Amino acid sequence: MVDYSPLLRRYGVFIALVLLILFNFAVTPHFATMQTLSVNLTQVCTIVIVGVGMTLVIATGGIDLSVGALMAIAGAMSPMFFTGELFPVPNIYVGIALGIVFPIIIASFFGLFNGWLINRFSIQPIIATLVLFIAGRGIAQVSTNGDLQVFKVPEFQAIAIGRVLGVPFQVWIMVVVVIIAAFVLRRTVFGRQVLAVGGNEEAARLSGVPVKRVKLIVYAVSGFCSGIAGLIVIAMNSAADANLIGLGMELDAIAAVAVGGTLLTGGRATILGTLLGALIIQLVRYTLLANGVPDAAALVVKAGLIILAVWLQRQEHA
Amino acid sequence: MSAIDKSFGSVSALSAAHLEIMPAEVMALVGQNGAGKSTMIKILNGAFRLDRGSIQFDGKPWSAGSPQQAQRAGVSTIFQEINLIAYRNVAENIYLGRELKRFAGLLDWEKMNQGARALLARFSIDLDVTRPLGEYSTAIQQMVAIARAVSFDAKLVIMDEPTSSLDEAEVAVLLNTIRQLRSEGVAVVFVSHKLDELYAVCDRVTVMRDGRTVAVSKMADMSKLQLVAAMLGRDLADVRASGATAFGEGEKAIGEELLVAKSIAVGRRVSDASFDVRKGEIVGLAGLLGSGRTETARAIFAADPKSKGDVRFAGKATNFKSPADAIAAGLGYCSEDRKVQGIVPDMSVADNLTLALLPTLTKMGMIDEAQQRKIVLQFIKDVDIKCSGPGQKIRELSGGNQQKVLLARWLCMDPKLLILDEPTRGIDVGAKGEIQSLIQQFADKGLGVLMISSELEEIVEGADRVFVLRDGQVVAELEHSGISEQAVMRAMAHGASKDAEFIEVPRG
Repeated sequence: MVDYSPLLRRYGVFIALVLLILFNFAVTPHFATMQTLSVNLTQVCTIVIVGVGMTLVIATGGIDLSVGALMAIAGAMSPMFFTGELFPVPNIYVGIALGIVFPIIIASFFGLFNGWLINRFSIQPIIATLVLFIAGRGIAQVSTNGDLQVFKVPEFQAIAIGRVLGVPFQVWIMVVVVIIAAFVLRRTVFGRQVLAVGGNEEAARLSGVPVKRVKLIVYAVSGFCSGIAGLIVIAMNSAADANLIGLGMELDAIAAVAVGGTLLTGGRATILGTLLGALIIQLVRYTLLANGVPDAAALVVKAGLIILAVWLQRQEHA
Repeated sequence: MSAIDKSFGSVSALSAAHLEIMPAEVMALVGQNGAGKSTMIKILNGAFRLDRGSIQFDGKPWSAGSPQQAQRAGVSTIFQEINLIAYRNVAENIYLGRELKRFAGLLDWEKMNQGARALLARFSIDLDVTRPLGEYSTAIQQMVAIARAVSFDAKLVIMDEPTSSLDEAEVAVLLNTIRQLRSEGVAVVFVSHKLDELYAVCDRVTVMRDGRTVAVSKMADMSKLQLVAAMLGRDLADVRASGATAFGEGEKAIGEELLVAKSIAVGRRVSDASFDVRKGEIVGLAGLLGSGRTETARAIFAADPKSKGDVRFAGKATNFKSPADAIAAGLGYCSEDRKVQGIVPDMSVADNLTLALLPTLTKMGMIDEAQQRKIVLQFIKDVDIKCSGPGQKIRELSGGNQQKVLLARWLCMDPKLLILDEPTRGIDVGAKGEIQSLIQQFADKGLGVLMISSELEEIVEGADRVFVLRDGQVVAELEHSGISEQAVMRAMAHGASKDAEFIEVPRG
């Protein structure tokens, strides 16, 4: 008997995605339309972008629970710049530029803070990032007084809904983020060091790998990605609600990473896997919704997927 | 066990191997790394499934689905690494998984403590069973593991290199425990690389090589030399000619000063260690377990902070803040524990080998993969690493080959000084010789080596000079003809003595 299991593990995510698409072609009405594709892609973008940062963090053996809260911080702060609420801006483009750059920098700094906490006090990442998971959304709410900020700035909203070559601009952002991250992980020294830290931190340290710096950077990158995702969310909704931006995102991102085949204990990671994992999660949700299954039930299915992914990982170590 | 076949993927690990153990017999199982001992054991205790063959146990066909099942059926395994919980107390560890309970599911502490005490008393071990296991030495932990195994009414206890982290006194206690087991009718499979131990306690020996059983004999009927020859598959004459270790003889010209360590202190473990290493010299750091050898080495490499002392390296006073600093200055450190501090298991041979070198192998921030491959292939050839290629995961390699990769990790950096902590621990005889001659070869080319070893032979034959640590202090420096097993042992035991040439260190 031929043993198919290594093959299955390697391409399992991809095969699952293809099967899911085929299933939809057969069952779901109006599946093969541009609109369906567009809806699914725009909904998956933020998960993928945050998932990329999460993949790097998990590759070092850590985890980042604060991503949703950091999205809220970036999302809530951005309108203050381009609506001129904070200070008058000479023209709308300057405002937008500030409204993009500053929130992302701030989110990155909060990510850096996560890394610093973990390095300085040797706190477990799950606890260290829990700090901002809780406080981060609070910061976002306080800075907006908990109000919903509605705006209508098409120039800004272009980052989510504008199209280039018929493809939503946020999809382009996602593609660029994925390509850069995959390249960094695979081809650069930093990528190897990330995997070495996750694979055996002490061995990495004794080989001169700057373990602390590597950790600082991955958490900062995770914050950076969260910042971008936060901006995309508000641009799509043309409103910023600190209570809702990125709510539950940490779980979606972790799920995408797990389903994609990145080892949750660190040391082995795949950016492409995370992309596929996010697509699967999104498509499962869509499939269920389009066929009349309520969203609540979709959550259960999502949980089932994570269990399946973790089970597959366990098989490998048996 | 007869005609056992097992392969992993396309690699055959066992072919027609067999193993037979009588009741109340201590069977030595020996062979080089990769000979198939571990696979054999893991099939017997249910961790692996066999592809072909049959196993009989106590007259009945045997098949265990997991080590837990095997344990309940009378086969217990004790591994090199102790699989117990350091934070829980001794009694809890002994009763782990089958705790004694009172009504309502409450733990019956009193009974468990009593039972644990009685069990340990059988092996003449007297300790406080309510203290956390982690507070005791490795040897005691090992005894507790054995006691636990026996308490499952084991008929067969398998010990996979139980002595590799024990000192001599502890080994003696362990061997007594094995004799005790035998007298109670328990059969023991004893795996060890240390020949003396095998002869001290085993009744028979099974020798494995390349996945086959190549010899089964009464221990007394086989000389050490015959045993080594059977393991290596070589002629007796060959083995005799090459000596016990692969270090060369002869003394060479003294090179210039490379490392001078003065009054190093580290926490409570090392109080005053002074020594020096010159270019092209192999300096041995000897001492009993717990004498502070590893702590001293780690402090030199800045893996741990030192609390006192000065280090001069290559003529300059240095104060390394991190291993990265030490590496940049031209040091390398091969740690004692390959698995925990050496290899990155999920990474390839290539990435493991170049882990320290990688930052210099870049072209505009990217890894220069062609260059990396070239270096890796070169070292695979030079150091003779047996692997399917640079891309193979390092965890799939045998211990000896993993160690060669780790050595190459430093050699490819072209270091000035290499600190080797137990470079041949847990490695089979063949690879051991290769590693020893490799060290010699690089030392001849000017590399300074500071070598820690628990094997007297290795220190005595390998080192040009030996510093002996005792309770965190360097108590003796031995040179040339002054280096003998007796002199080293005497210094370990009694500190400086008249017979050892004691020179007032430091000199710099």
